[in-house]
Amino acid sequence: MSDRGSVSTLHVRTRVNGEPAEFLCGPAETLLDALRDRLELRGSKEGCGTGDCGACSVLLDDRLVPSCLVLAAEVSDREVLTVEGIARGDSLHPVQQKLLEHAALQCGVCTPGFVVAAKALLDLNPSPTEREVRYWLAGNLCRCTGYDKIIRAVLDAADVMRRETSEVTT
Amino acid sequence: MSGERSFTYVGTRPIRHDGLDKVTGRANYGADFTLPGMLHGYVLRSPHAHARIVSIDTSAAEAVPGVKAVITGRDIPKTKGKLSLGEAALELGPMGDNALAHDKVLYEGHAVAAVAAASVDIAREAAEKIRVVYEALQPVMNVDQALAPDAPILHDDLVTKGQPLPDAPKRTNVALRMQLKRGDLDQGFAEADVIVERVFTTPMAHQGYIEPHACVARYGEDGQVLVWTTTQGHFVVRDASAGILGMDAARIKVVPSEIGGGFGGKIPVYLEPLAIALSRKAHRPVKMVMSRADVFRATGPTSGTKIRAKIGAKKDGTLVAADCSLYYEAGAYPGSPAGAGAMCAIAPYDIPNFSIEAYDIVVNRPKVAAYRAPGSPSAAFATESVIDEIAERLDMDPIELRLKNAAVEGDLAPYGPKFGPIGLVQVLEAAKRHPHWTAPLGENQGRGVACGFWFNAGLNSTAVVSLSADGSATLVTGNPDIGGTRVAQALMVSEELGIPVERVRPTVADTDSIGYNDLTGGSRVCYATGMAVIKAAQDARDQLCARAAKIWDVDPSCVAWEHGRAVPLNGASDHEPLTVGELAAKMTATGGPVVGRGSVSAPMAGPGSAPTSATSRSTGRPASAGWSATRPSRTSARPCIRPTSRGRCRVAQRRVSAGRSTRSTSTTSPATCRTPASSTTACPWRRTCR
Repeated sequence: MSDRGSVSTLHVRTRVNGEPAEFLCGPAETLLDALRDRLELRGSKEGCGTGDCGACSVLLDDRLVPSCLVLAAEVSDREVLTVEGIARGDSLHPVQQKLLEHAALQCGVCTPGFVVAAKALLDLNPSPTEREVRYWLAGNLCRCTGYDKIIRAVLDAADVMRRETSEVTT
Repeated sequence: MSGERSFTYVGTRPIRHDGLDKVTGRANYGADFTLPGMLHGYVLRSPHAHARIVSIDTSAAEAVPGVKAVITGRDIPKTKGKLSLGEAALELGPMGDNALAHDKVLYEGHAVAAVAAASVDIAREAAEKIRVVYEALQPVMNVDQALAPDAPILHDDLVTKGQPLPDAPKRTNVALRMQLKRGDLDQGFAEADVIVERVFTTPMAHQGYIEPHACVARYGEDGQVLVWTTTQGHFVVRDASAGILGMDAARIKVVPSEIGGGFGGKIPVYLEPLAIALSRKAHRPVKMVMSRADVFRATGPTSGTKIRAKIGAKKDGTLVAADCSLYYEAGAYPGSPAGAGAMCAIAPYDIPNFSIEAYDIVVNRPKVAAYRAPGSPSAAFATESVIDEIAERLDMDPIELRLKNAAVEGDLAPYGPKFGPIGLVQVLEAAKRHPHWTAPLGENQGRGVACGFWFNAGLNSTAVVSLSADGSATLVTGNPDIGGTRVAQALMVSEELGIPVERVRPTVADTDSIGYNDLTGGSRVCYATGMAVIKAAQDARDQLCARAAKIWDVDPSCVAWEHGRAVPLNGASDHEPLTVGELAAKMTATGGPVVGRGSVSAPMAGPGSAPTSATSRSTGRPASAGWSATRPSRTSARPCIRPTSRGRCRVAQRRVSAGRSTRSTSTTSPATCRTPASSTTACPWRRTCR
């Protein structure tokens, strides 16, 4: 957090999880710190601070980014989606539901990043192969589960979402 | 051991109680806690691996606007106290010195000062203004350097404990030498037709939990302290912080957050004593969060090791002698798992003549911490590799060689006690039958097998089961849930009370809100805390039976508990059974709240796992094409983690951990119930579930 008087403070207006949001931040402050400390959205986690672990993954205008490598000031007039905005009202997103059903989490600290990353994948590619899921999620580290169940959960979620889509269109 | 029991709830796979918060980002981890008026701490760390601290001048840091407190080793008293942790007694002196150096820095990254300020940036800038004068010393980076005759000595007062060799030097970096011996080594090797001796080294490796260490501490003017932290044992944090700071443990309340992985590495205290000391000085709450770099520089990895293993076998494959020397890096302060390595090194086998010596050696690296079966994997890597080479020399199938020598019930463990039904033969037979053992190999693929050995720590646990008036129940325990233990323990309550797991709410309570609990580690929570949970649930159930007897006006012996109901026996059979809900609704009239308590000091049980793996992997890359793991268990009380690799096959897991390519995992469970090998207190279900 940079709130020292000696450096200039920036005023950022943006949209977070579909709602208008604004905050003050320092010029070197990361989006992750702004989300956590300014907007009190602490679902995104800092595991490394260097873009390696994926625990801070968010969508910036539908693009998957590690929020620890994005400056908070960069998100002016853009659309940020965090793990807190993934559930649809009072029902979970299929990725969240399937992670639960497959018991695809253990300590859970990497889970928010996986949820965001998997949602981004399924938005782009509704029918990913196992290989595509593995490659897409290669930027998210999980130390507990061994990945297999996460991959299966995401494939299962894709299946659910395809069926939902076909129900809507038919 | 009798009493095969069929389960209604254990073995089912409910959604875990903590799951929703974790998939929605609501779960609170160490760094997620904040308080009004909170300051931010920053630790200044040593740039030297080995140096004497000549002086520290903090005045420039204190003058930075926004800085509220600066502490150095002078703010933390030196102590010689000890803290019992079951798997190891921890010396508080070194723990405090590790948290904040007093006279010397012993590794690059060793904390020398800490600052609390209005923001992390201010704290960092101020810390950089602290002037530390070091007298740099020659560092000792591995066991060979540490054992050299002219080696620099890390601790002037270090004395070799255990069984030091008679000619061992007085000034030393060896903190402990221990030896396990049986039979006649010379005669054993004389009988051998094949002898293989090799030296293995393994580098130190960090546990690599995704969540860095983080805490918030608030020191009240009345001396009462609150700490929120991510830890494998909040009672450890309380007692260690109290010991290090010279405070009464009862003055510190520690609230555990969700824990983002630990793997043994979140047992020691690092930030908590500093945050308390800073808060005491600043009169404000202080939050401290490690960067990833700090985690790797300054928190405990597992030991780097050097292991010499010499094993002899007869032509028919009978292992006749083993002679091993284990040299384990302790890091900056004594406490490597060399002893556990010695206990495990040849434990899967019945070898009549052996000598295993183990050395705990201090070096200028971060103090090691526990890491998944601490000490065992490196030892197994050495001995299993030698056993493989023996199989090769004898032209024998590696599973057959292991089967021929597998320890069985009644054999003496190398460290003393008699094995119970450990199931290793059944596991090896199952591995032999597994398709992976005979599947055709592709290009650049090989196949291997290894056994491993570990124990379950027992230790102290407390649990409380309270009934609500609607017949649902709360379960309170005191072990941070690192792997799904809340839902596992809720299932145990379901099983005893006969209510669905959704009607049991499990909570991990702070140190003020539940009796003492040893740490989450040593694979003990499902096992030992599980015992306390079952006892607490049975206590609640017995109270419910007594309430039914009261309602029916019969002797309590005329009431049994079946499927969640109090059922009348002979002499009371004119009454209708009463459900938990019906009994709970009458709590007020029948004697007040129903609160079941369980507290145990569980015996250590071993082996915790005797797994075997058949690994087929491409050479030259750590990626696995497929692996299987077998272990001797049947019913798991931890539904959510059952199909994962955790605890199943430690050796195979190490091999594949870097590989994220496709792999298949399959498991066979050949044996029936695992029972504590050397335990005198039976599991309440006469079986162990882990």
